[in-house]
Amino acid sequence: MTPKQQAQVSQQPSPAAQHGRRRISRRTLWWGAFALLLGLAFLWVYPFIWMLSTSLKTPGEVFGGGLGLIPEVMQWENYRRAWTDGNFSRYLVNTVIVTVATTVLVVVRCALAGYVLGRYRFPGSRIIIVILVATMFVPTGYTIIPVVHLSMSLGILDTHLGMILALAGGSHVAFILVYAGYFRGLPKELEEASIVDGAGFFRTFGRIMLPLSMPVTATVSILTFLFTWNAFFLPLVFSFSNPALRTVSVGMQAFVGENSTDWTGMAAAGVLSMLPVVALFAFMQRYFVEGIAGAVKS
Amino acid sequence: MASPTLGTPVATMPPPAAAGDRPEFRKRLRRRNLWIYAFLMPTIVLYGLYTLYPMVASYWYSLVEWNGFSAEQRYVGISNYEAVLADPMFWSAVRITVVFMLIVTPLRVMGAFLLALVLNSPRLPFSGFFRTAFFIPVVTTTAIVGVVMRFIFDPANGPPSVVAQFLGLGPVDLLGSSSTALLTSAVVYVWKFFGITLVYWLAALQTIPKDLYEAARIDGAGPVNLFRYITLPMLLPFLLIITILTIEDCFRAFDLMQTMTAGGPYYSTEIIEIFIYRWAFAASIPQLGFASAAAVLFGLLVMVFVIFQVWGLTVSRRMRGQR
Repeated sequence: MTPKQQAQVSQQPSPAAQHGRRRISRRTLWWGAFALLLGLAFLWVYPFIWMLSTSLKTPGEVFGGGLGLIPEVMQWENYRRAWTDGNFSRYLVNTVIVTVATTVLVVVRCALAGYVLGRYRFPGSRIIIVILVATMFVPTGYTIIPVVHLSMSLGILDTHLGMILALAGGSHVAFILVYAGYFRGLPKELEEASIVDGAGFFRTFGRIMLPLSMPVTATVSILTFLFTWNAFFLPLVFSFSNPALRTVSVGMQAFVGENSTDWTGMAAAGVLSMLPVVALFAFMQRYFVEGIAGAVKS
Repeated sequence: MASPTLGTPVATMPPPAAAGDRPEFRKRLRRRNLWIYAFLMPTIVLYGLYTLYPMVASYWYSLVEWNGFSAEQRYVGISNYEAVLADPMFWSAVRITVVFMLIVTPLRVMGAFLLALVLNSPRLPFSGFFRTAFFIPVVTTTAIVGVVMRFIFDPANGPPSVVAQFLGLGPVDLLGSSSTALLTSAVVYVWKFFGITLVYWLAALQTIPKDLYEAARIDGAGPVNLFRYITLPMLLPFLLIITILTIEDCFRAFDLMQTMTAGGPYYSTEIIEIFIYRWAFAASIPQLGFASAAAVLFGLLVMVFVIFQVWGLTVSRRMRGQR
């Protein structure tokens, strides 16, 4: 700044102008933050964009094309290769079976347990809650060896059933507690009215309580769906000796090992396997975010 | 947390009147309890078999020598523990797990905090778009992200390497070199789960009542003072919780690490879960006793943090209760 300019600046003491300038500088600050965020957000989604573009390139383009994101000619053929040669149709069916069954099982068992634990006091209720809370956090790596051996003794190690039971039996304690908290907050009159109407214990739960808990059920089922779809450790160990049981996340791993040079096919496989969850997320965004936010609020 | 509805609606239903009602009442109570235990059955069976039993069984497994195939389990006492504790690879895995945690936790907690402050402002345009962008890696399959990252960090044609070459640094192999692999995988892990921490912080910010800010603004507080005297103290209990949740998350890095580096190169990213996996499943002759001993020690390490969490919850609840 030259002295002349400085003099000019100091010649504008009017408070209104000063206020205006402050507002402008604050606005530029916000736009600066916005630009910075835009850059950061781009960095965040870049790997996905890159994978999407690679999935439509030729192998030569991937190695020689630098960072260019637009393929010269769309290679839809990569997707066909991933789908049939990479066995992804099979893996996808496996994943859907395992995920849907696990989600249903988890929702049912957590809703039932949460209902009685949240609403009734009975012999043993305290102990059950204490045990659940104390074991809320158990990493798969700690329990995996006995789980595999147990499934082996039950004869369900290399089956979908074994995988589903092991996934549904893992720690979903938080969901039970969320259900319990929700049911605890419902007014007592609901049950009294239903008993006056002659409904039994199970009818009261099924006809009144469960429908009322729809918001919780939605959150629990969506989060379970996500966790199970993305699960890797258990499905990996459960499909060791039977590759036909592989889920998408395990199959992806095998895809790389077996076809280590087919980068474009692998990128296509990656896009295929991410598509369902990203689509689900786009529709159910609110529940995902609320479900995760609920963990910290409570 | 004794709420009034915790009571027993069915039991309190009949009027406390006639003595003739007593057996009827007791019968009803018994019926009710039967229903309650029936409702708990699925959880008792599944959770018992697949979570509680394995926690206990791990202790037994850690005391035997056993390859998992043969029925023969030879009781060897604590010699598995002696072997694990004497194994430098185990200690290296412990060290790597802790270092990983020490890199990931501050980056996730503080980074997400700063971002949440900006995203929480109503003046920021398109904040919904940004939230989605940062959340997308969270919903995508970790194991697949791991494979894709191997591809992205490829020294020949991956974007980071291409950029480094453009800058004249030559090709870089961030995941393939044992000196950079741990840091790189930690950064990828931060990238992957950053969105969760961000949502935690946004939820925490929502708990601050708006009128507190308004009142302070009327008293003439500027943005700096608002932040210092309202935002920071109100968020302190959440800092504790979010930090602990993030630390615990670091114990579940198996999916990403196994698919991205599989513990390599030269075991430089071998976290404890990979160590266990390697001895229990990936070895040609599995050493289940040895791996179980490592798993039990891992469980003890995790337990330390769980105790820490219970303490943290109590403290933070007390801090919030004071206001």
